[in-house]
Amino acid sequence: MTDQYPSLILIAPLLFALFVFISSWFSRKPAFIMTAIALGLSSASAVGLLAQIMANGPLSYRIGGWAPPMGIEYYVDHLNALVLVVVSCLAFWNLIATRPDIERSYGDKAPIFYTLYLLSVAGHLGIVVTGDAFNLYVLLEIAALSGYALLAMGNARAHLSTLRYLFMGTVGASFYLLGVGYMYIMTGSLNMLDLARLLPPLYESPAIAAAFGLVLVGIFIKMAFFPLHAWLPNAYSDANSPASSLIAPMTTKVMVYAMIRICLTVFTPALAFKSVWFSNGMVWAAVVAMVMGALFALTQKDMKKMLTYVLISEVGYMVGGFWLGNRLGMTGSILHIVNDAVMTLCVFLCVGCITFRTGSTQFESLKGLSRKQPYTMAALVLGGLAMIGVPPTCGFYSKWYLILGGLDAGHYEFVAALVFSSLINIVLFFRIFEIAFFEPYGDMHGDHYHGPPHEKIQDAPWSMVLPLLVVAVGLIVLGLYSGSIVTNIIDFAIPATII
Amino acid sequence: MEYIESIRPLLAVLVSLAAMPLIVAAGKRPNLREAVTFTAAGIKLALIVSMVPAVLAGAQYTYTLFEVLPGVPIAFKVDGLGLMFALVSAPLWIVVSLYTIGYMRGLKEHSQTRFATFFALALSSTIGVAFSSNLLTMYMFYELLSLSTYPLVAHMQTPEARVSGRKYIGYIMGTSIGLALPAMLIAYFQAGTLDFGPQGFLSGNVTPEVATALLVMFIFGFAKAGIMPFHSWLPAAMVAPTPVSALLHAVAVVKVGVFSIVRIVTGVFGVEMLKELNLGTLIATIASVTIITASLIALSQDGLKRRLAFSTIGQLSYIVLGMGLLAPKALLGGSVHIAMHAFGKITLFMCAGAIFVATGKKNVSEMVGIGKRMPVTMICFLIAALSVIGIPPTGGFFSKWYLLQGTLESGQWEFMVVLLVSSLLNAAYFLPVAYKAFFCTEKENMFPGPRNEGPVQCTIPIVITAAITVSLFFFYDIFTGLAAIGLGVPAP
Amino acid sequence: MTEFLQTGLTAHYNYWIYIILMLIGLWAMMAKVNLIKKIIGMNIFQTAIILFYVSIGAKKGGTIPILEHAPGHGHEYIMDAALYINPLPHVLMLTAIVVSVATLGVALALALKTYREHKTLDEDEILSHLSE
Repeated sequence: MTDQYPSLILIAPLLFALFVFISSWFSRKPAFIMTAIALGLSSASAVGLLAQIMANGPLSYRIGGWAPPMGIEYYVDHLNALVLVVVSCLAFWNLIATRPDIERSYGDKAPIFYTLYLLSVAGHLGIVVTGDAFNLYVLLEIAALSGYALLAMGNARAHLSTLRYLFMGTVGASFYLLGVGYMYIMTGSLNMLDLARLLPPLYESPAIAAAFGLVLVGIFIKMAFFPLHAWLPNAYSDANSPASSLIAPMTTKVMVYAMIRICLTVFTPALAFKSVWFSNGMVWAAVVAMVMGALFALTQKDMKKMLTYVLISEVGYMVGGFWLGNRLGMTGSILHIVNDAVMTLCVFLCVGCITFRTGSTQFESLKGLSRKQPYTMAALVLGGLAMIGVPPTCGFYSKWYLILGGLDAGHYEFVAALVFSSLINIVLFFRIFEIAFFEPYGDMHGDHYHGPPHEKIQDAPWSMVLPLLVVAVGLIVLGLYSGSIVTNIIDFAIPATII
Repeated sequence: MEYIESIRPLLAVLVSLAAMPLIVAAGKRPNLREAVTFTAAGIKLALIVSMVPAVLAGAQYTYTLFEVLPGVPIAFKVDGLGLMFALVSAPLWIVVSLYTIGYMRGLKEHSQTRFATFFALALSSTIGVAFSSNLLTMYMFYELLSLSTYPLVAHMQTPEARVSGRKYIGYIMGTSIGLALPAMLIAYFQAGTLDFGPQGFLSGNVTPEVATALLVMFIFGFAKAGIMPFHSWLPAAMVAPTPVSALLHAVAVVKVGVFSIVRIVTGVFGVEMLKELNLGTLIATIASVTIITASLIALSQDGLKRRLAFSTIGQLSYIVLGMGLLAPKALLGGSVHIAMHAFGKITLFMCAGAIFVATGKKNVSEMVGIGKRMPVTMICFLIAALSVIGIPPTGGFFSKWYLLQGTLESGQWEFMVVLLVSSLLNAAYFLPVAYKAFFCTEKENMFPGPRNEGPVQCTIPIVITAAITVSLFFFYDIFTGLAAIGLGVPAP
Repeated sequence: MTEFLQTGLTAHYNYWIYIILMLIGLWAMMAKVNLIKKIIGMNIFQTAIILFYVSIGAKKGGTIPILEHAPGHGHEYIMDAALYINPLPHVLMLTAIVVSVATLGVALALALKTYREHKTLDEDEILSHLSE
């Protein structure tokens, strides 16, 4: 059984998606349990797989037993084992934390939601686990299509926002496909490891350079890398909370993983970093992404939309960290995949709890929310501090590595952009804290306010708040264990040739 | 150097952290809630005092909590300097908690539980800064202090309070993330470690230009020290209730700021390195500008708390000036001033608060003749003012005395002039207040009527701290001894 | 110029066609305001890529990739890969076509929903409805 972990991770959600859908014809009741079981199996396998990889090193799994490069191979090393654990556990936890919201928002259609949920997670997990370039395209589209369906079930604007996301996403995936096509023409292989072996003699060929460019642009569109980000704010903020709190932490991080995988394993650093002006240009592009994301976030009056722009900024961190080209920067980038997934999950779950009770995340509706929903706001405080980068939360430690990487590479603009974006995050989050915690209340007597209306605490149900608090505390725990994650996993994920 | 591995430093930090949930739980029963605070403060003080003998004998307590990043753990090390600072903060928490009862209940303030909770957290962070063994741990507790004091500053929830809160966070976190954080990372990148060492850890690892840049970034990055131009948060924070101003802006927050600078000078750069690079004069000059400017501004302030705020800004820069002179006596004087000024200033702030509770007055011009109404309070005010000016028989005399000796030792006469001029200015903005309080004609007296000191829970702490201020003139060795051991200079 | 026309253009005319098709598709997606036209543009774009892939498997004189027994040897057969066009791109593109169809389905469903909400398929009009 333990040998089958790589496929079990993927098959559990896929198969159960079918079961949930079929069972929905008979009864609504088993849908949640079956989804939870599927994701539980997936998470357990992911953890088991990570343990295996840490003990024995990378492994290859052949689907159906057929040998690569004709057969599809799953290649699992430290990098994707880590991301697999993050994605599957995140999906599982999000399911548990948003259950009341799902039941209330979708009612009789909840089993459909669960089916799509499982399909989306399966797609994303597949992107992470696969070792075949074309298989990645297929899973990219599976994830995307189910994502579109999930996101479209939202408010009145959701259909159009999702349609626009669909257009851009399809273009992105098609570019990726085209790039893979070029690689196939030149090498005859689609298997990632095989390509890595076959590509080096071809580094000078313009077709391979084109392939590199096309593949990267496709992935950048999918990860909302500025200026290809335009689809993200509307698509995520118009969706319902359970959908956005799944997709927001998951999709962009998985796409960053895909970029790292393509550049490190398929093209190898030898090609990816061959052109100095390209990697420097990428760092500058990331700087622009970070700054613009932060500035756009400042202009927003709705918390959910503001968080989506913060997300765009965070994508800039990860991309920039990778293209610094040194070990510190890549460590920061990979660590930030983990940290940002958890941070984003925390803040989006807060948004979910707030919309559950208050219905809106406009700043106007957040006034005095700390009295009505203290636990949610406490979690939001922790999430905000993590995004600002206050130790000992996890956000500080990925910034640590990213800044050190920037110093090491001499990219001081990257360091400046990181500091700038942290400062903007302070403004963004403290604005919310001020509105939620320190709104004036009661009447003025002399020059202080007296007589607080003791509002009853009416937070979201415990089944939503408790998992949220676990995630919030997890931000600190994750922070404290950053060092162990780096030395035991991430160090091995980065090729030894990177210093 | 003997290192004692002990969990006591961690416990001293954790005591008030653990008290927080208890305070929240006891929120509905004020007396129980205050009892929790006092118990926690008492335990904290006991833990700190228990470490004094060993440290005076030359040992240091160490404890590594968590090796988060390889080579940069969250770790504690109790040396003379840190212990001296902790010994100032912890007892004053007890004193101020008593004062808080009088003040907050006297004014029927809202959200007292929230107040007490974040106070506890703030003290936890302060002790954490005092006992940090490396720059990262200190930075972490520094940030934690900023965050835990924000709700205290914005407590009143008036529009003014919210603006002050924004200024507070803006200046303090803006500089710490914008300047101190990059400086820390650059230092780590060059030196490979962040542990405070007796000779600093940067020597030999950085070029003079980088060292100068780092020094400037650190000094301005720790804006809690009130160095101009990042000082505006201090007067703005006076909108907070007086216990906040008293403890935090006379003792905890601002002293954390200057303590951090002390650590930067002694533990990160090292006195020798600064001497070699002639950076001491830079520090001293920056400090002098603040001293003189703040003292001048204090003269023009009518609001008593604002006057005290600017006085604080000036006094903090005395400490930085002492650090910048780089002479043993100056270093000692600057460090000891952390203690002496704390006791004096807290008395002054508590007096201001007591006056507000008893009479509702905030401005100096409205306090003519108040000595007749509140003699005990105003006598303590006078004693504390003498300490801050530096006149015997108060503790403040010693720190000023050492500082003056330090200017002689290092041969920098211009700073002696700065010290003398500013002492005159201190007298100019304090003494008239006390004079007018006691000596005025019947016509000018704004407070006819019987004596009314205000709540007794306010008066007792004031008397206690004023008494300590005087007794420090005679029993100064605890603080000077600890500071001397911590700095590695001979004790006087 | 003639060299370009001879080797660049005529030899690779299929690639040029696909690129032009792709650009037409992209242009339709961006420039048209009618949602259905955008969707059609998307489809053209995807189809162009599919055609590209299929064309790279073609060979001069190759036959469809179904194995035939070599003459005279019963169950044994010799496969000479050079005689058959490459089946792999076709296989890959079957998957891509399915993806394209599924995307088309989702896109049409979304367009339908949008039409029901706003009674128009004009993106500009819809946006002005939404910003009210």
